[in-house]
Amino acid sequence: MKDSVKIIKCKKISRGQAQGEVILSKDSLSFLGGVNPKTGIVIDPGHELYGENITNKILIIPSGKGSTVGSYVIFQMAKNKTAPLAIISIKAEPIIATGAIMAGIPMVHKPDADIFNLLKNGDIVEVNADQATITLFN
Amino acid sequence: MYLTPEEEKMYNGYYGSTIQKCMEILVALGDIYDATEMVDISSAQVSGVSYKTIGDSGLEYLVDLASDPKAKTCVPSTLNPAGVDLDNWKDLGFKEEFTKRQLEIVKAYRKMNIMTTCTCTPYLIGNIPLKGSHIAWSESSAVVYANSILGARTNREGGPGALSAAICGKTPLYGYHLDEERIPDLIVDVETDSLGADYGAIGYMVGKKIGDKVPYFKFKNKPFPNDLKSLGAALASSGAVALYHVENLTPEFQFAQNRILEDNIEQITIEKKDITETREKLSTSSEKPDLICLGCPHSSLDEIQDIAEFLVGKKLKNELWVCTSINMKAAADRMGLTAIIEKAGGKIVCDTCMVVSPIEDLGFEVIGVDSAKAANYIPSMCGLDVVFDDFKNLIIDY
Repeated sequence: MKDSVKIIKCKKISRGQAQGEVILSKDSLSFLGGVNPKTGIVIDPGHELYGENITNKILIIPSGKGSTVGSYVIFQMAKNKTAPLAIISIKAEPIIATGAIMAGIPMVHKPDADIFNLLKNGDIVEVNADQATITLFN
Repeated sequence: MYLTPEEEKMYNGYYGSTIQKCMEILVALGDIYDATEMVDISSAQVSGVSYKTIGDSGLEYLVDLASDPKAKTCVPSTLNPAGVDLDNWKDLGFKEEFTKRQLEIVKAYRKMNIMTTCTCTPYLIGNIPLKGSHIAWSESSAVVYANSILGARTNREGGPGALSAAICGKTPLYGYHLDEERIPDLIVDVETDSLGADYGAIGYMVGKKIGDKVPYFKFKNKPFPNDLKSLGAALASSGAVALYHVENLTPEFQFAQNRILEDNIEQITIEKKDITETREKLSTSSEKPDLICLGCPHSSLDEIQDIAEFLVGKKLKNELWVCTSINMKAAADRMGLTAIIEKAGGKIVCDTCMVVSPIEDLGFEVIGVDSAKAANYIPSMCGLDVVFDDFKNLIIDY
């Protein structure tokens, strides 16, 4: 294994694996009213990622919030091909966890390291929910 | 969390992808809340029905899920209110496009073997879990009724969580399924007699103050089941209360009382002026309502009877909807109550209510309600003004 590769343990929420570019925010996210399921763009003006597209990214957020309808929105995003590739949450809550499983998006939580300090937007990571690992390639 | 060999098979896809996904949802919920195992359930109440709330995202998910013949509930499961009266939507002015989508949602649930009762009061129409039984219910006012009045055990499930539980017949064992989570956190001493809409006001003010704690109520006079229905709905909407006890009344009050005697817990007192203030605060307008909407939670048969008796010989100036289940309506029809209400100019509306139907599209501006839950939600969910009072004070006749 190369020196530049770092593996962080975490806990599985929704199975699967994905590798891609990080988009992160320290703001919790509500998918209902917070993200446009047609485009994948964050539309909550109060959110740090306002105007950014989370499609095909590895989304890193502290947690979810807002309406439980958010679960269905995540499912709809997957059908529209606007969903993130994977989700890393510091502490999962039912809305996003349920949505990720419904949509078949890999999701993990409780990473064993301060992931907000280790990563920045654009970094490449691999999420392997089945092995409960996040691999950093920076 | 520990899974039995049978649960492992469900989780690993032995019974197909739908059961696997449902089990994954239940396991994820269990992991989030530190459950150690699953427990079998005997009943489910599934929310996420109104097209107004779940929209096209929810519709697509449910139609997709229902297309798998293995997506069938295995415990008696009832359905939450929809966005329209499924039979009389046209007469009530609901739009065809909205109704079409709404009916598709209900059809998808029916395909999954769910009883399309469309009521938030499943406990009035035969979904009545026994004391101590584990259930997965997802309508906050029904959750609090089941836990508090029936002594059954459920967390405040979300729609997909309750549906997964109904399909698997299981739910993760945590929260209100456990004795230690049913211990009261504080005493609420109501020092004055309470009547009618007072209970909603009390629930609203206490819920706002205590969030998801478990209150132990001491009432000066004895509340009736309809009062407890209003109290719980308000507690669960302004706060996240899932369980309350009432001294000398609710099935677990003795257990709760014993724990209170052991621990010295916080006490809050409610006086007459607190109730009066809250009742005033719940109205956002002093205008006369153009629609009076009763039945949040859905009216019981005796509530419909009270309304009908009051309306005998009256002619209403404002519109009146009495929201209820089709079951209560059938009995009200037979008893002649529907005819009395209609003669006065009111309507009995089934399957839906003022919160989850698009009443804002029907031209109403000020809604009169006797429910603190409805008063809490209508301004934000419908963008309309509310007047909160006992129904007899809301009704204006010629």
